[in-house]
Amino acid sequence: MSAGRNADSPQHRALLRNLLPGLMRGLLPGVARDLTRKIDNFLQAHWRGLTISVPFLWLLVFFLVPFFIVLKISLAESLIASPPFSPLTEWAEDGALRVRLLFDNFAYLWEDKLYVETYLNSLKISGISTAFCLLIGYPIAYGIVRAASPAKHILLLLIILPFWTSFLLRVYAWMGILADQGTINNILIWAGLIERPVRLLYSEFAVYVGIVYSYLPFMILPLYASMEKLDMTLNEAASDLGAHPAVTFLTVTLPLTVPGIIAGSLLVFIPATGEFVIPDLLGGGNVLMIGKVLYGEFNANRDWPVAAAVAIALLVVLVAPMMLYQHFQSGESSRGAGKGA
Amino acid sequence: MKKRSTFLFSALCFGMAFLYIPMVLLVVYSFNHSRLVPVWGGFSLRWYKSLFTSEEIWNSLLLSLQIAVVNATFATLLGTFAGLTIARFGRFRGRTLFTGMLSAPLVMPEVITGLSLLLLFITLNELLGWPSSRGMTTITIAHITFSLAYVAVIVQSRLSGMAQDLEEAAQDLGGKPLRVMFDITLPLLAPGMLAGWLLAFTLSLDDLVIASFVSGPGANTLPMLIYSRVRLGLRPDINALATIIIFTVAVGVALAGWLLLRQRKQRERDMRMASA
Repeated sequence: MSAGRNADSPQHRALLRNLLPGLMRGLLPGVARDLTRKIDNFLQAHWRGLTISVPFLWLLVFFLVPFFIVLKISLAESLIASPPFSPLTEWAEDGALRVRLLFDNFAYLWEDKLYVETYLNSLKISGISTAFCLLIGYPIAYGIVRAASPAKHILLLLIILPFWTSFLLRVYAWMGILADQGTINNILIWAGLIERPVRLLYSEFAVYVGIVYSYLPFMILPLYASMEKLDMTLNEAASDLGAHPAVTFLTVTLPLTVPGIIAGSLLVFIPATGEFVIPDLLGGGNVLMIGKVLYGEFNANRDWPVAAAVAIALLVVLVAPMMLYQHFQSGESSRGAGKGA
Repeated sequence: MKKRSTFLFSALCFGMAFLYIPMVLLVVYSFNHSRLVPVWGGFSLRWYKSLFTSEEIWNSLLLSLQIAVVNATFATLLGTFAGLTIARFGRFRGRTLFTGMLSAPLVMPEVITGLSLLLLFITLNELLGWPSSRGMTTITIAHITFSLAYVAVIVQSRLSGMAQDLEEAAQDLGGKPLRVMFDITLPLLAPGMLAGWLLAFTLSLDDLVIASFVSGPGANTLPMLIYSRVRLGLRPDINALATIIIFTVAVGVALAGWLLLRQRKQRERDMRMASA
């Protein structure tokens, strides 16, 4: 800097030589301090807005907007091109914007009996699986709540542990159990109960087993959470007043755990309806479920508008249970916040 | 009363057996010499050897781990912001939309999330020229989107269970809001954020469906590789892989449990010392 090209006169150079250290010593830290204070003030004033807007924008762009794109493409026409669907809007010759909406894809779904049957079958399979999860999960959750303290934590950990291992591999485990040469058939043949293997894998039965097995922890945890809040003195009061244990259960315990039952059932029912891995690996070609059809339309047939229409139709079916789940979630959290305050 | 507790006890035994026998069988069959997975042909480690020498497995494991670490870090950041917003900021415009978008990914069928993100990436590519190819980046973005919702749930439940006295005291003593945030709220929240990070990490390692939708040619994550191998039948090398994963998780959980226990004991000791 002292040998600067534009510093031509000695005075100029002297000035610079005196000024520069001064600048360094006095002004720059001042500027830096000023800047950090400005940044600090900005953050102090706007950090709430920033904290809200970053995840908000992320979810808006990567979660909400995609649904509108799916809706748009479900109304397009399938083309052999890249991308393989027609544009919805095009500029006509007279310069006016013309919008083409096609409901053909939805009409196709409705008219093809196979799709309607697949929808109904998915709802049936996931509904029955949810009922089984509840029947199996309720006593387990109650047993955990009633267990003594150290055992309780270990049991709870054992319920959560499968979450941390691979879902795919846990479904795969049942392929080995249910196969024609699998564990169950081997045991039955060894015991002399059957002579030839029974067909268990690639059946609707296998899909039920897979869904109940994979989603059982999702049922147990909300049930446990609602039971943990139970006031056991109510049960004691009921039995002191002479109520039969079964009556106490039906009139006291069960009604108080309804929020847990609803949350757990929705957590099983909604994702199970659109399940792909379980019907694919355990149901093979013999079980029709809508998630598998959607994956096939997208992956094998490359018919994206139909895949999008299938997705929208599935969403329409599930929107009511999802709203219910949302309603319960927000109710729980506002009650939780009220307790914390 | 006695009768009911035997009923509950047998329900617990049945439940644990139902949850864990399939996993035990996975482990047992991984040491089977026979190629036919459930038909015992003697003890052998051959499937572990073939697993460790498979370059395909190592490549997809590396890709999955990279995606999982980046995903967990960003999801924890965004999820903590979101959890703070829900638990501490009260009402603001768009709160209903925000909570809706946060809880929907928890129950949304994976095929729908996967398809919608794929179509978003294609549309963005047409409009902006980005992303020009699908693979690691698009899978990571997709994973962050659903993982952040899980992190937000953990953070939010921890915050609503946490008394606000300390934060209020710090504010009353003249702490600026951001200072209170960094010095009081976030340190108290750290265990929740760690739990969120670990959950986001495992969710990402586990995901098959969404990754299959938004991945492009060449980018095969570990679950995609496993799926392509097992969809046509049983594969003993996958049993070996499952065994390794189950043991890693079990050791990790045991270690975490031991650390928590030690921490709690230490705290109890400190309390005794303080009161003595």
